Amino acid sequence: MLADTLNARPSGLAEAFALVDGLDDALVHGLARLDDDRAAALDALVTAFSATPLADRVTDAIGKIVSGTVTDDHLAVLAGCRVALLGAAHDALLGGLDTALGRSREPFPAAGAPGEAGHLVAGSRSWLRELAIAGWHGVDHELAAAGSPAVRALLADPSRRRLAVLLDGFAAELRAAAPVATLPRVPVRRWADLWARALILSQDDLPAGPAAPVDGRFLILGADLHEHPTVFRCQVHGLLETAGQVRLVRTSVAAAKVDTISGASAWRMLSAFPVLLSGLAGHRCLDVSEMTLTAGGDLLWDETRASAGEPADPFASARVLLGGAVAASTAPLDRHPAAIAEPVLIEGYTATTEALDLGGVTVGLDVERLPAAGPITPESVAASTAVIGLLRFDGDRWVIQPLAVQTTVRKKPVVLHTGDWALGPTEAKAAKAEAAAGTAVDVLRERAGRLLRK
Amino acid sequence: MTSESVAYERRSAAPVIAPVRPRKLAKVPFVELAEGRLQGVVSSGSDVSRVYVSSITAGEHGLSCNTNNNRPCGGLGGAHPCNHLRALVEAAVAQYGAGRVARYLKVEPPESETGIWSVLHPVAAQGRTPEVFSSFLRHLAYLEVPPTADPLPELQWFPAAGAVR
Repeated sequence: MLADTLNARPSGLAEAFALVDGLDDALVHGLARLDDDRAAALDALVTAFSATPLADRVTDAIGKIVSGTVTDDHLAVLAGCRVALLGAAHDALLGGLDTALGRSREPFPAAGAPGEAGHLVAGSRSWLRELAIAGWHGVDHELAAAGSPAVRALLADPSRRRLAVLLDGFAAELRAAAPVATLPRVPVRRWADLWARALILSQDDLPAGPAAPVDGRFLILGADLHEHPTVFRCQVHGLLETAGQVRLVRTSVAAAKVDTISGASAWRMLSAFPVLLSGLAGHRCLDVSEMTLTAGGDLLWDETRASAGEPADPFASARVLLGGAVAASTAPLDRHPAAIAEPVLIEGYTATTEALDLGGVTVGLDVERLPAAGPITPESVAASTAVIGLLRFDGDRWVIQPLAVQTTVRKKPVVLHTGDWALGPTEAKAAKAEAAAGTAVDVLRERAGRLLRK
Repeated sequence: MTSESVAYERRSAAPVIAPVRPRKLAKVPFVELAEGRLQGVVSSGSDVSRVYVSSITAGEHGLSCNTNNNRPCGGLGGAHPCNHLRALVEAAVAQYGAGRVARYLKVEPPESETGIWSVLHPVAAQGRTPEVFSSFLRHLAYLEVPPTADPLPELQWFPAAGAVR
């Protein structure tokens, strides 16, 4: 059943991606330089949206853009088209997966009240407009760096952290790639994704999702690590046992960092979260009380509302409880195929360092998502007999990202988890490397102490 | 790359920035390839509260080295690099690899990692000391930004530096 779903593609998926690609290609050369082919690709969006509630706005915005007028409102409509198309692709892909896994999912409740408007996002919108007009090929050192003031202002406001972190990662890529015109290959889909999502987050009056306090036991399934030059984040997937229900949830802790802090020593930046990190490193469940759970399934981690519980084996939790756990729906504006990261337990496969053969389907191993800050390697996956992983969809195929494996290392059975090194590497060689690299954090903190407070 | 059959152009998680390589930071706490320069900060050998701000422009290879108070470095003789500039280049090669540094400075990559000076044609140049020093302070300021439990959904696009070891 799972094999059939992973082999099949929902109907209309290719057409939706084709429309998105047309829009994305227009951003390569810039909206100021639309040739006939690119204008035709944008016109295809007008046709595609003609029977939807967005029809009038799409017709107007694309008409104006093609004739050479690019305003913030027109660009918001373009970003909205991408959300609608990729959101539909997300729903179709995830719906198929839910059916195959027998996973039930709560619908997303009606959106909450709009958030506050802010002058801070105007700076972000203006940089994103310049980028859209110039196109990726028009990005030079100056334009790539022009987003920095907006990022600095947003970083100073904790309520704007999400947009700040996104823009900072996006800007770092543009700076590294500038001048983009000389780049042999441009990450067209990726940069359009980041651009469009930043533009959505830069709108005033975004709806805030509902959230409610919960009490229960958080059973860790595994940790997924994220990073760009100025952030390190640990996102823990797990099962939240509350009175009468088991929910599939995530919780996330992130710290700002710099590019020279990476690999296992990046965990040091998360030292403000000892309860969560001990739970990961010590394989314990965590008791939470009155902690906020969003409608999107994100438990907003608060160390003061958590305490370490009993030892808990993620594989035991997954075998017993994952099948019946109720998942949450992604917030409407956040739906995107690349946002799918669905926890699964897989056994009875044949593995190599590149893929898992499930019998009837081969699922690629997402080796780019096996972080240096954890112990799992392609080799340990190849030798494994059971895996807890995240199913993801990118580049028109499903891949699996292992978060934990039951495997054999040097002829001994072991269980490896991405979060095993949360309090420092448990393997001698990695611990030595971490000790050397970890001094980077101390050196920079010392420099910061000396120079920043003068 | 996970698969040659999947176009780089159509992948949301297409990798763009090669992760930097770990290096010792005590001597050269900060290096960047930015604003058309290889630039950074080198610790003074004699005074812990003093740093040198050194830079090399891309293309022209204009050298500059000053203290953070904008006094010229005594060791820099016009087109002849001082020890701070040598340390800066060494750190940049350790962090980014000689190939990426050479491309940024618009020269052919050298035969060996240590041979980058042999392909540069340095000249004396005006420094941008205050700008580079502010850039270093902004870099350090990241260490003071408080951690967050915000779910940050866009980080799905940014997997942690990989492990193919």
